[in-house]
Amino acid sequence: MELKNIRKGFSDEEEVLKGISLSIGKGEFITLLGSSGCGKTTTLRIIAGLEQPDAGQVFLDGRDVTSLNPEDRDINTVFQNYALFPHMNVADNIGYGLKLKKIPKAEIRRKVTEMLELVQLPGYEKRKPSELSGGQKQRVAIARALINNPQVLLLDEPLGALDLQLRRAMQAELKRLQKKLGITFIYITHDQEEAINMSDRIAVMNHGTFEQIGTPDEIYNHPRTSYVATFVGNANILKGKAENTKDGKVTVAIAGGHMAAACEDDSIRAGESVTLAVRSENIRIQEECSCGLQAKVEEKSFAAGQLRVVLRLADGSELVASRYGIDAKVEQGQTVSVCFAPEDAVFVDRSGEEKNEQD
Amino acid sequence: MSRTKIKKHSSSVWMILPLYFFTLVFVAGPLIYMVALSFAQPGSGSAVEWNLTLENYKKILDPVYLQTFRESFQLALTSTVIICILGYPFGYFMAKMSESWKKKAMLLLMLPFWINSLIRLYGWIIILQNRGILNHVLKTLGIIDKPLKLLYSYPAIVVGMVYVLLPFMILSVYSSAEKLDWSLVEAARDLGAGKIKAFWTVSFKLTLPGLLSGVILTFIPSMGLFFIADILGGNKIVLVGSLIQEQMTRGSNWPFAAALAVVLMILTSLMIGLYRKITNVKELEGIG
Repeated sequence: MELKNIRKGFSDEEEVLKGISLSIGKGEFITLLGSSGCGKTTTLRIIAGLEQPDAGQVFLDGRDVTSLNPEDRDINTVFQNYALFPHMNVADNIGYGLKLKKIPKAEIRRKVTEMLELVQLPGYEKRKPSELSGGQKQRVAIARALINNPQVLLLDEPLGALDLQLRRAMQAELKRLQKKLGITFIYITHDQEEAINMSDRIAVMNHGTFEQIGTPDEIYNHPRTSYVATFVGNANILKGKAENTKDGKVTVAIAGGHMAAACEDDSIRAGESVTLAVRSENIRIQEECSCGLQAKVEEKSFAAGQLRVVLRLADGSELVASRYGIDAKVEQGQTVSVCFAPEDAVFVDRSGEEKNEQD
Repeated sequence: MSRTKIKKHSSSVWMILPLYFFTLVFVAGPLIYMVALSFAQPGSGSAVEWNLTLENYKKILDPVYLQTFRESFQLALTSTVIICILGYPFGYFMAKMSESWKKKAMLLLMLPFWINSLIRLYGWIIILQNRGILNHVLKTLGIIDKPLKLLYSYPAIVVGMVYVLLPFMILSVYSSAEKLDWSLVEAARDLGAGKIKAFWTVSFKLTLPGLLSGVILTFIPSMGLFFIADILGGNKIVLVGSLIQEQMTRGSNWPFAAALAVVLMILTSLMIGLYRKITNVKELEGIG
């Protein structure tokens, strides 16, 4: 499966997809991650054939399918709102694709039963979609798509309407199905946790382009742009100037202080403007370290067992520190010193990406 | 809280009461009177003698009157079929239009309702008559040599029926196609259905309730719209509606008119019942 330089605009001024390319391996679980309006659903619709790109090509198994109708593509979709046919029962819904292929009734019935067992809904053949719960509808929608044994399965935020507990269970189940069947899954979500839990690779989308494509580990631990760092890792973005490099460490001047950051290559020159991403759980407050930054405590709150402290640096930029437990003895209005370990800082928005990011 | 709730509830019953009263007096009352009248005997003039008799119903079995019923049915059926063929695609594609076009189409559809339908039918006389616009156009284009006799014919009545009743079908289909979730059609395409197959298995099935209520809205009136047959058919074809009207005015035979009306009512009810059974509408209506 391959996308080549896909462009799509709905009006003259706005381009939803700005020439994206992506190559997906057989049996891979890939997630398009991004906030709403980033173009991920449009990408999916183009792959499914429900939308035509203005430019670019879609390849499936080495064949150009760009101009093919959705019914002629070996791709099936699980829609966001499930899109189950309300006038058919569960068995007719699931068997719809096979019926179109003129497969004998007895075989359809057998396969539908098989599918219902696979999605753990045995005996639900005669139910109407209106009699199903959200999670059950979801399973039927998945069964209806999978029964056609497509090369690629597209899933458009399939768990978005479910509650947290059910979502966790369904995540595990989807992953299990995908491993068992070996079908390529292209999964859309705005939930970074979901993406990290399930995917082999994640493509982070923003404003119609891919910010970064990589494994969950790469995306989480080595973000390349500040957008990826904040969207996936809830990181703080610090802007500063590189001062000198030594032993794989770069000293950076930030907001009147000096911080060291680890750098794997020697591409950073002294005097260069740099951007650092540091995740909030790696920010340390009021601890013994040689190189602290002065900051004022703006806000302190607890959420989901985590202490969250909002700090204001001397240059006015905001910094968020969070950690489990309630060990930080800081008060609002207090001036504290803040630091982070060199290996917890990541240089982002470098060279190529910088041109896109900078206004 | 609960006190106001009770109060609200009881007051709403009082609000509805006039409606029940109105329905009882102006719908059920006349209906009962009509049925009673159909068993009475005609007196001198328009008077009625209340002697119970089946004479009126026996009279309907006369071949002349049976013929009238058959012709009315045929006309209603023809008109309804044509209305379905024209109205369904119109209503369906109207629902697919953009919001601004929908408004324009709706306005165009409602515009004729501002003029009395009788006057609009006279408009058709101007179009269809021997020296009318249609004949003129056909002649200028060289399609015909002599003007066609279009007015006062069976097709003219059908044209009139279709013209008057078409908007009801369009609106009925439109309202159910509006509610149609287009992602279902996309899902059908995604699962391997071509455009036409997706339409028949999904869109058509889900807009069938609209088509059905359109059929009911057009079939029943087309049995009784006697003035269309009178104006455009020139009294050549007598429909049940015309017959009833004639019996009440010139014939001065109200009991016979009542018997005709009762039979007409029973026949249309049976038709609708049959139609609902065939299309299995209950299952579809259950979707809401």
